[in-house]
Amino acid sequence: MGAFAYVAPTTVAEALGVLEEHASQGKRAQILAGGTDLLVQLQSVDRTPRTIVDIKKLEEANRVEVGADETFVGAAVASAVLNENEELKQRFPGLIEAADLIGSTQIQGRATIAGNLCNASPAGDTIPALIAIGAVCVIASESGNRELAVEDFVTGVGTNALQDGEFLVGLKIPNPPARTADAYLRFIPRTEMDIAVAGAGVALTLDDAGTCTAARVSIGAVAPTALLVTAAADALVGTSVDDDALAAAAAACSAAASPITDKRGTVEYRRKVVGVLCKRAAAIARDRAQA
Amino acid sequence: MAEAVDYKVVGTRPIRPDGVDKVTGRAQYGADLNLPNMLYGKVLRSPHAHAKIKSVDVSKALAMDGVYAAVSGADFPTAAHGDIGGEGGGDVADVAKNVMARDKVLYHGHAVAAVAATSQSIADAALAAIDVEYDVLTPVLDVDEAMADDAPLLDENCFTANLPEKPDKPSNIAAVMQLARGNVEEGFEAADVIVEGDYNIPMAHQGYIEPHACTATINEAGQATVWCCTQGHFEFRSMTAKLLGMEIADLKFIASEIGGGFGGKTVVYLEPLAVLLSKQSGRPVKMMMTREDVFRATGPTSGTHCKVKVGAKKDGTLTAATAWLAYEAGAFAGAPMGPGAMCVFAPYELENFHIEAFDVLVNKPKVAAYRAPGAPQAAHAIEVALDDLARQLDMDPIDLRLKNAVSEGTQASYGPKFPRIGFKECLEAAKAHPNYTKPLPEGAGRGVAAGFWFNVGMQSSAEVHINENGSVIVVEGNPDIGGSRASMCIMAAETLGVEYDSVRALVGDTESTGFSNVTGGSRTTFATGMAVIEACEDIIAQCKARAAATWGVDEDQVEWEDGQAVPAPGVNADVKPLSLADIAASAHKTGGPLLGRASLNAQGAGASFAVNICDLQVDAETGKVDVLGFTAVQDAGRAIHPDYVEGQMQGGASQGLGWALNEEYIFDKNGVMENAGFLDYRIPVASDLPMIDCEIVEVPNPSHPYGVRGVGETPIVAPLAAAANAVRDATGVRVNDLPLSPPRLLDAIDSAE
Amino acid sequence: MSKVQVETRINGEGVEFLCEPQQTLLEVLRETLSRTGTKEGCATGDCGACSVLLDGRLVCSCLVLGVEAEGKEVTTIEGIAGNDGLHPIQQKFLERAALQCGICTPGLIVATKALLDKHKNPDEETIRYWLAGNLCRCTGYDKIIRAVQDAAEELAYEA
Repeated sequence: MGAFAYVAPTTVAEALGVLEEHASQGKRAQILAGGTDLLVQLQSVDRTPRTIVDIKKLEEANRVEVGADETFVGAAVASAVLNENEELKQRFPGLIEAADLIGSTQIQGRATIAGNLCNASPAGDTIPALIAIGAVCVIASESGNRELAVEDFVTGVGTNALQDGEFLVGLKIPNPPARTADAYLRFIPRTEMDIAVAGAGVALTLDDAGTCTAARVSIGAVAPTALLVTAAADALVGTSVDDDALAAAAAACSAAASPITDKRGTVEYRRKVVGVLCKRAAAIARDRAQA
Repeated sequence: MAEAVDYKVVGTRPIRPDGVDKVTGRAQYGADLNLPNMLYGKVLRSPHAHAKIKSVDVSKALAMDGVYAAVSGADFPTAAHGDIGGEGGGDVADVAKNVMARDKVLYHGHAVAAVAATSQSIADAALAAIDVEYDVLTPVLDVDEAMADDAPLLDENCFTANLPEKPDKPSNIAAVMQLARGNVEEGFEAADVIVEGDYNIPMAHQGYIEPHACTATINEAGQATVWCCTQGHFEFRSMTAKLLGMEIADLKFIASEIGGGFGGKTVVYLEPLAVLLSKQSGRPVKMMMTREDVFRATGPTSGTHCKVKVGAKKDGTLTAATAWLAYEAGAFAGAPMGPGAMCVFAPYELENFHIEAFDVLVNKPKVAAYRAPGAPQAAHAIEVALDDLARQLDMDPIDLRLKNAVSEGTQASYGPKFPRIGFKECLEAAKAHPNYTKPLPEGAGRGVAAGFWFNVGMQSSAEVHINENGSVIVVEGNPDIGGSRASMCIMAAETLGVEYDSVRALVGDTESTGFSNVTGGSRTTFATGMAVIEACEDIIAQCKARAAATWGVDEDQVEWEDGQAVPAPGVNADVKPLSLADIAASAHKTGGPLLGRASLNAQGAGASFAVNICDLQVDAETGKVDVLGFTAVQDAGRAIHPDYVEGQMQGGASQGLGWALNEEYIFDKNGVMENAGFLDYRIPVASDLPMIDCEIVEVPNPSHPYGVRGVGETPIVAPLAAAANAVRDATGVRVNDLPLSPPRLLDAIDSAE
Repeated sequence: MSKVQVETRINGEGVEFLCEPQQTLLEVLRETLSRTGTKEGCATGDCGACSVLLDGRLVCSCLVLGVEAEGKEVTTIEGIAGNDGLHPIQQKFLERAALQCGICTPGLIVATKALLDKHKNPDEETIRYWLAGNLCRCTGYDKIIRAVQDAAEELAYEA
């Protein structure tokens, strides 16, 4: 049994060096961003020693840039900080909604979108929201950064595409075309503090006549990983996102879901509610795009 | 509603005397005492819900660096059978086995060993080094399963108690209880309408925010001091003494501030372990439960299966009722089926009824008291049935209850005749409340239900010390769980005729004040308050004697008015009245310090009734409930400090709504609780609730000097049914089982379409 | 288990301590530094009893490592009252009887401080959602919300 250690590198190269060294020696290293999942795991689920690599001192991981072509959100930026960024909120209201739904005000002060993604819970709220807006993971490795679409990043329950020696340094989101908007909704039994029973993120683009020209729909907590549901998007494209189209998109989401019954909900319940959420989120995105 | 009584302090809302320490972080709770050279104690818990323990070996743990003690069941003396006393009820030998398993583990999380080490991380490592061999048995996980003929047995020596004859074979039914009057069959024959229901409610937890914690130290002479969060340090002392075979006088228990209990901190879990670990190590030992431990291994309240049948005439007069009430006890006997049986029909006049209740062993944690133990589940059944009855009779649900409500002189279903009670007053106040007739938003529903709890008296002690300047110190033996120090100060100030600000109250430890039963049963303001009032009257008698001696008159020629001794009317004495401060200042010349005391076994606890109105709406597509409004009406007898009476009503409403809507123990097929944390055991958060409107009804309890009835427990009795009835009103669908969680509700709504 | 030396500021005072890398700030505050005003209710970020401000931002100290306090400013319940007496939030909690057992009170007061530092005049819904991570089992929140409303009014008046 090894011992716990803590390092807080100040450059990406230094961080990669620590990861590489641990990987080569067969020792465990784990990235710490907000810590809202990691510390819970350390206290109850898995107490085995490891080196904790805190990325909050990396400049790149703290960068938020709402640029002319794309947006970058560093992996160590807390939700509360994103929520205070009006430009970002304006551009991706659905993503900020999703980030804002994770836990309490206290959790918001620490939790990061990247952490939510790396934790790879089927119920992670930001994952469908990120997929809907076509976000891309920026992964640091010794051989340079590589990029991977969010929908390809999560590989299973609690697993992701990061290789030994790599870490997620941030997320890149292409700028949406005009008259595009996103929305995210989830269902929980209380008003706050719960894990999603089902979630749906929708991003769509309207033309001047109000016809949907492009859409992405992603659903969460109804399969081992968040799903990109092209059938739901297809149901919206070419329509004015009216009730019939919404019902068709909802049905596509329910059909795409392969949920389980657990302490938070049943198969039947999740299947039905994920459709309801898709319908409601798409209507919000439509109204936002029209505005 | 209050009767015109001219009180100066009673009924005011002053700031509590312990308040500043609690808003600044100074107040010390169970886990807040660190002693020099202290070790951390931790408990190894069973990974199985039902298993024989073949062996426990702590030797490897004990050999580790930094580990100074390790114990298992074999290190405890065998406790004799006997009643533990107090509110929780139960058998000493069972408490002993619950604190540390001996030959068998009976629920997942049952303690099997404990260690003490120099740090928490070393203690964790030591637990991992303990070897336990189990023979795993099939767990029994609900009442129906446990009551079946072929159910696996938790205890082969469990023969159902209270039957006319001892049964010929053991079972999981630890005890039964029956209450009956009149002729039920004839009663149902006389009915125009009969409703029946079958109701299941899963186990629920008190959910206090402070996990159990204590620090214990014992010296070479065997004298121990234990600091802990408890609802009753005297009873913790006696339980610990019995479990460890110690002399009571060698145990000193100091009650820390307590971070919530609601009945759950009336029995010991950690304290005997900490004393034993301290004894083995020779060092102080601090033990703190994790939140997970609290859910898995402390006493929640019973899951229940209840069946109720009620008949009524067209005018709403009840003609007969039956109740079948099965309560999960958890691992050891002692479910609150008795109070459940006694409460179920208590609010109503019934000539014909039959009640049968069962105390059933299951492989889940042993239940403990939870606010009106047993009553909310039984009340849910009858109050839902009455709502259905009111609908069938096309009658206002409050009118139906008024038609059958008990009042002074009615013989209660559980035996005695009611003295003066305030049920009808509560029903009338609810009916007259603007919230009852306020228009509802489209699609919303309104539900009504009533609740009843006996309240208890029991033993209390109090002393009152008068300082040399006339200020007052009240010493009581009841941990202050929700503002009771303020109530004691108010009653002392009122009785003595002094300012509230001149009175302080403190909770004495087991060596510095007289015996007092637990803070439970809604008894503290009633019974301990009565002791404080009597101790103040003792002071007044002494003051009158001192004044008489000073003035050279007889004692009966002195009266006590507005905080001072004055000559009685007609007594011709040219003297200046003597205030408490005057008498205190000269006490050294008139006989020494003024010390009043009282101890009593309080009789005449006044039953408290409540009526709740719940407004909510249901999202028809998701089954989610949004509580829009809640109105609690309750008879407090007399509200000594109305803020804290309202606090009890609001807190009880919140807990009841949580239980109704989302709270439940979820077990897997192996008996492992799947939601042992606040993430998935969903107690209400601030954004879940509206403001909770309170109306305090005051029908004074004739047995208390200021008319106090207990108020702490009744508030949780009615909300379960009030919420269920509101859901029925909003959706048109009747759901008998709780919680009314979104999946259950949506399923019911969809099935009805 | 090798310990790490950490230099931080707690309630304006420079503090140094040693801790194990995996120990939480909550455990360090309570067990190492005897600042027991910060309470533990769950240790998993679900109850808010351990709320502190970390460089002015509201966090659960059970979800912060002790080592992460290096170079930071930590504000705990012990740092809310000033030399001239109780903070208005504390005073309003007392006046409104917004506590029964009091175990959640330090966390709620710290969380309310963070709220009122950010929002001068929050409506009831904003208050309820901001405080949703601070569980209270005794009060049903009614009197807490009223105390926060009163404190907001008082602070706005002072400002």
